[in-house]
Amino acid sequence: MMAERRLSSLGESPLEVEVGPRLLRVKMVLLGGSGVGKSSLALRFCKDEFKASTPTVGCAYLTQVVCLHDSTLRFEIWDTAGEEKYHSVTPLYYRGAHAALVVYDISKKESFMRAQLWLKELEKQYIPGETVVVLVGNKADLSDTRQVPLQVGYRLAESKGLLFIETSAKSGEQVSELLMTIAHRVKQSSSEVRGLIEWPEAECVGVLQGERSSLLGACCSVGS
Amino acid sequence: MEGKLYAWIIERCLPLKPDTVMEADVHNNSVPLENGSLAPVDRLRRDRSDSPTPGLVEGTEPGAGLDSAMFVHAQSFEDLTADGEQEEEEVQVQEGGDGSERGLEVEKPRAEGEEREETQGQQEEEVQPGGGRVKEEDINSEGWRSHRKHVFVLSGKNIIRSIHAEGYKVVFLRKSPLVLVGVSRTRQSERELTRELLYIYYQIISLLTLTQLTHVFQLKQNYDLRRLLAGSEHLTDNLLRLLDRDPGLLLSAVTCLPLPSSTRDTISSSLQAAKAKSLVFSILLAGSRLVTLVRKKDQVLHHMDLHLLFNLVGSSSSFREGEGWTPICLPKFNTAGFFHAHISYLEPASELCLILVSTDREDFFNLSDCKRRFLERLRRRSAYQALQEALQAPSYPVAQVGIPELRHFVYKSKSSGLYTSPEIPIPYQCEEEQERLMRLYQYLHSRMHHPTRPLRSIYRCADKENLLALVTSGFELYLCFSPLGTKALAVSTINKLLKWIRKEEDRLFILNPQTY
Ligand SMILES: Nc1nc2c(ncn2[C@@H]2O[C@H](COP(=O)(O)OP(=O)(O)OP(=O)(O)O)[C@@H](O)[C@H]2O)c(=O)[nH]1
Ligand SMILES: [Mg+2]
Repeated sequence: MMAERRLSSLGESPLEVEVGPRLLRVKMVLLGGSGVGKSSLALRFCKDEFKASTPTVGCAYLTQVVCLHDSTLRFEIWDTAGEEKYHSVTPLYYRGAHAALVVYDISKKESFMRAQLWLKELEKQYIPGETVVVLVGNKADLSDTRQVPLQVGYRLAESKGLLFIETSAKSGEQVSELLMTIAHRVKQSSSEVRGLIEWPEAECVGVLQGERSSLLGACCSVGS
Repeated sequence: MEGKLYAWIIERCLPLKPDTVMEADVHNNSVPLENGSLAPVDRLRRDRSDSPTPGLVEGTEPGAGLDSAMFVHAQSFEDLTADGEQEEEEVQVQEGGDGSERGLEVEKPRAEGEEREETQGQQEEEVQPGGGRVKEEDINSEGWRSHRKHVFVLSGKNIIRSIHAEGYKVVFLRKSPLVLVGVSRTRQSERELTRELLYIYYQIISLLTLTQLTHVFQLKQNYDLRRLLAGSEHLTDNLLRLLDRDPGLLLSAVTCLPLPSSTRDTISSSLQAAKAKSLVFSILLAGSRLVTLVRKKDQVLHHMDLHLLFNLVGSSSSFREGEGWTPICLPKFNTAGFFHAHISYLEPASELCLILVSTDREDFFNLSDCKRRFLERLRRRSAYQALQEALQAPSYPVAQVGIPELRHFVYKSKSSGLYTSPEIPIPYQCEEEQERLMRLYQYLHSRMHHPTRPLRSIYRCADKENLLALVTSGFELYLCFSPLGTKALAVSTINKLLKWIRKEEDRLFILNPQTY
């Protein structure tokens, strides 16, 4: 069902960007408590901007294309709301994600606890090695009021075999590095374990809706 | 700035002796339950232009839709939203008479005298983890006390013993499992305040559904609701602001972006064509103005639900970047379940926001595609350009009407549930004056819709302006004149204004509502 629906809408979507030899779809989800800076990170990823924001309502969907030397990745980013009232819908977004960013605010200890809860919830869902999970300590610019030491974040990530980075959506520090790292990792792990959905340059409608539907279906069910 | 504060004070109230509770029960059973849409008989567009102006019957007044109404605007029995449309026939009607009404006292926004409010035992609890970024105000501070209005949301089995309220009006709205308490020192009537509490109640329901709300309190009677409401403070803030400023919430009506009817029709049909199975409503907004609304056959949207959607969109930056996808309950439609709304601006910096309301939470990509198809069609038929141009003039100066003494007016067509109003004129442009004008209208409104002694018309002379209000079975009209005019003059302008509205109705209203 889900796969079919995605398929049809995907097939008709316009390609905004020049497509290289291979355009791959990457589903990425941003998780974490409210106010840690998920939307700000997403805005940096997609527009390299920083603006005042209000809490996300439900979920926001954004896309960004990242070019690697041999392929192009189209990140489909689900920026979820950290507020508790929306938690019941969050599984929709991390299910089948190729990358999951669990974000906390280095100046708020409580957000780090929440990040750990998110990691636990994710563990129930993902098959290790299939989803690239990154622990992100955001608001690195607020190191004066830091409540979560760098080592603490690092150790947690290490113990669970996750990637770890500290970023600042405000200053932009480490943000593009984060996205590039994910791009490489996703690409790498997907070539090892499973294929990303390829988005051929021409006649994507026909191709995707026709012969490729089984591939897409398989892909969408991964991790769920 | 007149700040507003609401505080979630839960499980911290003192026990209440039942006899001290002020009666403000919403379950006013004497008002008949009236549901469903009003569908005026089919008429041709050309018939209406010949129809005379005053004494209009519902469905033929300027601004009435041609086929069917988009909104349910009958009030359900539980509402005190004071339309009084049903009551009108039952109760003796008093005419505004000879204009002998005394000048309306204009309240001072902030009373000088130190009014003390004893709400002992209500202390701020610690902000829950995961709270939003809005700092809660210290309720012991002077600043907090100086707010004109406070709204408390109480829950559980708590009862309040007493709220000592000198110079304050205290209004209770019981909506199980919540009790909303409004403490105000404005001169608003109890009914007005109750209406505001009702909006806040529905705002909460729109985020949680009544089912979920009831459920959490069933599981845990002393559940701290702030956990679920964290982050929605800005929604309530904005809603209270709208209640102070937006005539639409007062009149139970919505206003439209002025648009040539051919352009609007093109937009509506493009939206209609971009449909999906799960779609129930497609709504295009320009700021807080409706451009068009397309709905599933037989489904009608309640103006209150639409205002809640407007409020959601207007108070969040979250739909500016990317596409929003959120569960939303439309409480007047169904308090039990969530719809799923795809919300996005047509362009990042644009005022135009498209809301696609669906029944399927997994239908995101389909709806995203609907938006794409809608835009494509709009561009192809060059309606997008026309729409952009219309956005340059989202309102009109009152001078267009050609009545020199007229400063401002609000006209509501009852059958379409739409209203029109010119720009706020210069003397009222500052925030305080604008709110004062709204309070004057609010006052007139509450007089016209008085539960036992409603009026058909009312004329008031005040220091700064003269006011006239008029209600017929087809429309409601509120006018504000310069203080120099006379009553006779004011009355004589009504016809002229109605003729003007009739002439402009194609542009100011949605005459051709569409369904999928
Ligand atoms: N100093 C600093 N502030 C930041 C940074 N990133 C975000 N913020 C601020 O933190 C607040 C919350 O940011 P958002 O991006 O909206 O947070 P969120 O995680 O999306 O929150 P929800 O949508 O409620 O889940 C905003 O006021 C941002 O301006 C950062 O790197 N440094
Ligand atoms: Mg956010």
